[in-house]
Amino acid sequence: MSGPEPTPGVPKWVYIVAMPVVNLAAAFLVSGLVVLLVGEDPLEVVKILLWGAFGFQEAIGYTLYYTTNFIFTGLAVAVAFHCGLFNIGGEGQAYIGGLGVGLACLYLDFLPFPLLLLSVIAAAALFGGAWAFIPAYLQAKRGSHIVITTIMFNFLAATLMVYLMVNVLIEPGQMSPETREFDAAAWLPFAHEALAWIGIGFARSPLNLSFLWALICCVLMWGFIWHTRWGYAVRAVGGNEAAAVYGGISPARTIILAMCISGALAGFLGVNEIMGVQHRLLLDFTAGYGFVGIAVALMGRNHPVGICLAALLFGALYQGGAELAFEVPKMTRDMVVVIQGLVILFSGALEFMFKPYLEAPFLRRRQVGAA
Amino acid sequence: MEAFGLFILILDATLRVSTPLMLAALAGLFSERSGIVDIGLEGKMLGAAFAAAAAAYVTGSPIVGLAAGVAASMLLALLHGFACITHNGNQVVSGVAVNILAAGLSVILGIAWFAQGGQTPQLPEAARFTPLVWPGADLVAGVPLLGPIYSELISGHNLIVYLAVLAVPATWWVLYRTRFGLRLRAVGESPEAVDTAGISVTWLRYRAVLCCGFLCGLAGTYLSVAHNAAFIKDMSAGKGFIALAALIFGKWRPVPVMGACLLFGFLDAVAVRLQGVELPGIGQIPVQFIQALPYLLTVILLAGFIGKAVAPRAIGVPYLKEH
Amino acid sequence: MGPEGGAPPAIELTGISKRFGAVQANRDISLTVAKGTIHGIVGENGAGKSTLMSILYGFYRADSGEIRIDGEPCRIHAPRDAIAAGIGMVHQHFMLVDTFTVLENVVLGAEGGALLAAGVAKARAELQRLERDYALEVDIDAVTGTLPVGLQQRVEILKALYRGARILILDEPTGVLTPQEADHLFRILDGLRKQGVTVILITHKLREIMAITDTVSVMRRGEMVAHLTTSETTKEQLAESMVGRKVLLQVDKKPAQPDEPALAVEHLTVADDAGIERVRDIGFSVRAGEIVGIAGVAGNGQSELLEALAGIRPVRQGCVRLSGAEITAEQRRDPKEMRRLRLAHVPEDRQRMGLLTQFEANESAILGYHDDPAYNGPVLMNRGTVVKDCEGKMGLYDVRPDDPLLKTGGFSGGNQQKIVLAREIERDPDVLLVGQPTRGVDIGAIEFIHRRLVALRDAGKAILVVSVELDEIMSLADRILVMFDGRIVGEVAAAEATETMLGLMMAGIDPSETQEATP
Repeated sequence: MSGPEPTPGVPKWVYIVAMPVVNLAAAFLVSGLVVLLVGEDPLEVVKILLWGAFGFQEAIGYTLYYTTNFIFTGLAVAVAFHCGLFNIGGEGQAYIGGLGVGLACLYLDFLPFPLLLLSVIAAAALFGGAWAFIPAYLQAKRGSHIVITTIMFNFLAATLMVYLMVNVLIEPGQMSPETREFDAAAWLPFAHEALAWIGIGFARSPLNLSFLWALICCVLMWGFIWHTRWGYAVRAVGGNEAAAVYGGISPARTIILAMCISGALAGFLGVNEIMGVQHRLLLDFTAGYGFVGIAVALMGRNHPVGICLAALLFGALYQGGAELAFEVPKMTRDMVVVIQGLVILFSGALEFMFKPYLEAPFLRRRQVGAA
Repeated sequence: MEAFGLFILILDATLRVSTPLMLAALAGLFSERSGIVDIGLEGKMLGAAFAAAAAAYVTGSPIVGLAAGVAASMLLALLHGFACITHNGNQVVSGVAVNILAAGLSVILGIAWFAQGGQTPQLPEAARFTPLVWPGADLVAGVPLLGPIYSELISGHNLIVYLAVLAVPATWWVLYRTRFGLRLRAVGESPEAVDTAGISVTWLRYRAVLCCGFLCGLAGTYLSVAHNAAFIKDMSAGKGFIALAALIFGKWRPVPVMGACLLFGFLDAVAVRLQGVELPGIGQIPVQFIQALPYLLTVILLAGFIGKAVAPRAIGVPYLKEH
Repeated sequence: MGPEGGAPPAIELTGISKRFGAVQANRDISLTVAKGTIHGIVGENGAGKSTLMSILYGFYRADSGEIRIDGEPCRIHAPRDAIAAGIGMVHQHFMLVDTFTVLENVVLGAEGGALLAAGVAKARAELQRLERDYALEVDIDAVTGTLPVGLQQRVEILKALYRGARILILDEPTGVLTPQEADHLFRILDGLRKQGVTVILITHKLREIMAITDTVSVMRRGEMVAHLTTSETTKEQLAESMVGRKVLLQVDKKPAQPDEPALAVEHLTVADDAGIERVRDIGFSVRAGEIVGIAGVAGNGQSELLEALAGIRPVRQGCVRLSGAEITAEQRRDPKEMRRLRLAHVPEDRQRMGLLTQFEANESAILGYHDDPAYNGPVLMNRGTVVKDCEGKMGLYDVRPDDPLLKTGGFSGGNQQKIVLAREIERDPDVLLVGQPTRGVDIGAIEFIHRRLVALRDAGKAILVVSVELDEIMSLADRILVMFDGRIVGEVAAAEATETMLGLMMAGIDPSETQEATP
C-alpha cells in the first residue's frame, strides 16, 4: 500500500532524496512535453531559462529577489503544515502584511532607520498574523474548516485592499490607486547599495536586504519547529491531536499560534515588496506569490533547507521566465505557472505515486536474502 | 413602474451572473457529496472556457465548443480523480494544482494557437450561444407586470442559462430518486458501507468527479461562448470559489445551493447598480462591501453563527482498507 | 466433522494464508461448517479471526487457499462476489450510513434498478416479512444514526437477509450490546438457524460460545489450533487452547501494605463526546501502596473514567481528590495540571494517545513533560539532554533496539509500551493510572511490565489498573472493582475473587442474588 509511512527495510535516502527528485523530474518532464506541444525546443527553453536566471549579475539579483518572496510564503505554508493545517491564505495574509508595512513606512518614517525597520517587521507580522488569526480562531474554537475560511479571507483581503486604496489611502490628485512614495529614508537598502558600502560592485536589481531577513527566518523557523517546546507542541498537534491533548497540549492554542506565525511569515513578503522594491503601497503586489508558497513548501518537504532550494528554483523560474518571454514570444510567464502547477501536482497530490516503484528494488532484495 | 423595470433588470442580471455559479456549485455538489473535496472548480471552469472558445472559433459551432469545453473540464476532473481516488493524494493540494495548471495552460496554449496574448479571437455570433426568444415575447412585452417578466426575465436567455436552471431539479432527482444518487450520498458519508455492500468505491467516486467535470464544463463554456464572445486570461475570476462558497452556504443540497447562487448573483448585480449611488439615509455603500458579502456570509455560516454547515462525513479522507 | 447426510458443508476453507507486510495474519487455515448450524470462532485479540472472515467476505484476497460454498469452488475477490454467493456479514463496526433511513441502508447496493422507486417499494414489503419471520422489529423509516446500537445491529442483519444471505458472519457482535440486547440477538440467531441459515460467530467470550454454538474452532496467532463440538468441550478447555498455556503467569508479590488514600473519587459522572453519560455517580479510592484493578467488558465507561481522572475529559458531576486538590465540573484541570499534581497516566491506546508514532523515540519519551525545565533552556529545548534521558530509560526498561533517534512507530508493540511506562513511572508519580497495561504486548514484556507495576506499588505508590483481561486484573490487583454500564457494581478483594464471580458481575448480575435464586 502506498502511503506516507516509510516501509521498514527501505533506506531513508529513498524518501528524503530519491522520491522528491523523481517527483520533480516528472513535473519537468511533463513541462517539457507542454513546450514541445506548443512547438518549441525544450532544451533551448531550459538554456534560456538558466541563462536568464543566473547568466549575469542583474539576473542573479532578480532571481534572489523572487526567491525572497518564495522563502517567506513557503515557510508560512510549512509552519501551518507542521500543525496539520492547510493555509491557503498566504496570499491574503501577505497582502494585509504589506498593508502593515506600508502604513508603518508612511506614518512612522520619522523614526531612526533601525527602529523604523523593527516597526515595519513588527507591523508586517502583526497584520499578516492578524489576518491568519481569524480563520485560526474559527478553526480552533468553532471547527470552521481552515481551507475554506482562508480561501474566503484571500478574497476578503483583496476587496478590503481595493476599498482602502481607492477610497482611503490613495494620494489625492492621483488616478491610479497608490499611496505617495515613501520618504527615501524609509526604503530598505538594495543589495547593490549595501554591497557598494563594502566596496563590492553589483548590478542594479530589486534584490534588497529583506533577503537576509528571509534567511534569518529560515533559521528561526528551523529552531522553532524542532528545537523549542512550542514547536514540539505544533508538531504534536499536527501529528496526533489525541496524543497532544493527552500530553497537556491545547490544540486550540497551538493551532492559533501556528497560524499566527504562518500569517506573520507571509506578511514579511510585504517587507520585500513594499519597503524594499515598490516604496509605495499599491494593489496586487502579491501577484500569486502566496500560492507559489504552497508549491515551495510541498517541494521543500516543509524543511527550511528544502524550502530555500525550492524557493531558489521558483525564483530562477520566475526570473528566467521573464527573460524567456523576451526571447521566445510564445513562452510567457504563464509557462512558469504551468510548471508550478505540475510541481504541486507531482510533489504534492501525487507525492506517493512512484513510492512503490522506488521501494521495490530494496524489498525484492530483502526477500531474496530471506529466502 | 420605473422601479419595477429596474427590479426586472436586476433579476435578469442576477440570472446571468448566477448561471455559471449554479452549474459550478452543482458540479462541486456531485464531487463533495461523494467525499472528494473540490477546490479546483475554478480551474475546471477556466480550462473549459478556453477549450470551448478555441473549438467554437475553429469550427464556428457553439455546440462543438460546448463539447470541447466539457471534455477539457472532464479531463481535469479525471486528473483530480487520479490523484485523489487512485493515489489517495491530498485533495486540497490536487485542487490547487488543477487551478494553477489550468490558469497557465490556457494562456500558453492560447498564445501558441492564436497569438493574441493568451486570448482567443472574438467569436462571431454564429459561433456563440445567443439569446433564445420565446414565442410571443415581443407581443406581450407591453403588458404591465407579466409582460416584462415573460419577455425580459423568462425569454431571451441563451441555452446554457436554461440548462443551468434545469440542472437544479435534475441534480435533485438524480441525488434522491436514482440508484446512482443513493450510492453517491452513501459514499460521501460512509465509503466502508458502500464497499461492504459490494459496490466499488473507486468507480463510484470517479463517476462523481466526471459529473462534476461535466457541469463545470457547462459553466466554463457559458463564460466564453455564451456570456462573452472570447476567452480572456483568468476570465473565471474567482467564480469557482464563489460557487464553492455557495455550495457550503447551501449545505451541499441542490435547492438551497441554487438559492445561495441566486443570492450571490443578486448581490453582484446589485453591486454593479449601486456603484456611486447615494442611498437615502445610508449614504453610499462601498461596492467592495457588497462584493465581499458572499465570502463574509460563508465565513459566518462556517463559524456556526447562522445555522451549521455539516459536510459529508467522509469528505477529504481517502478511502483506505485498513488492516 | 464432515458433511452430514450427504449434504455438502455450507462453507469449506482449505489452506487459506494471508500476509500483511511482515505479519502472517493467517497461516494455512482450513475450516468446515455444516449447513444450518452456528459455528463459533474464538481466539485472543489479534489471533487472525477478523482477517479470516474478511477473506471469506472478499474484503481481502487470500495469498493462497481455496473457498468452497455448498460444495462448489467459489472465487471471492470482492464483497460483491460474497454477496452473490449468499454470504452476509455483520461487522464489528457497523457498515451503515448514519444519515440514511433504515430502508435506504437496506437497499443500498441492492436497489433493483437504476431508479429507486420500484426497488424501495419492494424492499418495504420484503422487510416487513423478514421482520415478522425473524423477530427483527425496527422502524424502517427511522434515521439510522439515531437508533441505539442494538437496533443498528438488527439493521445490519436485515441488510444481509434482504440480500438473500444463507450464510451470516457476525464479528464480535456482543461487544457493544447490553446483556438484554445480546440475549435478544441470540434468540434471533437461533431463529435463523431453524430456518436453515448458517451462522459464523466470531467472539472472544467463551460464555457466548457455550450458550449458542453447535461447533467451535479456536485460532491462535494466525493458525487454527482446534475444531471442537461445543457440547463435548468446556470453557476451560477452550480457554487453554486459546492462550496456548495452562495457567497464566502469576505475578510474585507480597501482600499490599496500603496507607492513606492517594486518589479519591466521589459521585463522579462523566459524559462521552456525544454527551451520553458513560460514568454514572461512582465513588472509590486508591490508597498509597495498593493496586486497584477495574474489571469490565470494554465500553462500560472505563475509558471515560480514565480520561476524566487524567484531566483529558471534563467531569460532569462529582469530584476527584488528589494531593489535596479537587477536580469538579467547575474546577477543571487539564492533563498538564494533573501531572503537576503527581499523577501519571499510561493510556489504553498507546498508538492513538500515548505516543507520537512519527516522532523520534526520544521525543515520544517526553510527551507530557516537554515543557519541563529539565529539558528546556529559556528558549531552546535541550535536545542532547532529551536524547540522553531517553537512552537511560531504554536501558532501564530493556527497550530494543535501544536507539533513541529511531522513529517511535518503528518499535514493536511491547517496546512502545515500555517507552510509555518508562516515561510515566520514572517521573516517580504518587498516583499511576494504567489502561490495558499489556494489550498487544508479547509474553516476555508482559511479565516485565507486571513486575514493574508491583515494584512501584511496593514503593508506596497508588496504582489504578483498567484492563479487559480478567486474569491480568486478578493477578495484578490487590482490590478489584467491577464496572458495568457506567457504574461500579461490585468490589472484591483479589484473594477472594473467582473468575465466575467477576464474570457475573461484569454481565451486570449480582453473584449473591444468583446464589440465592439457585439453591
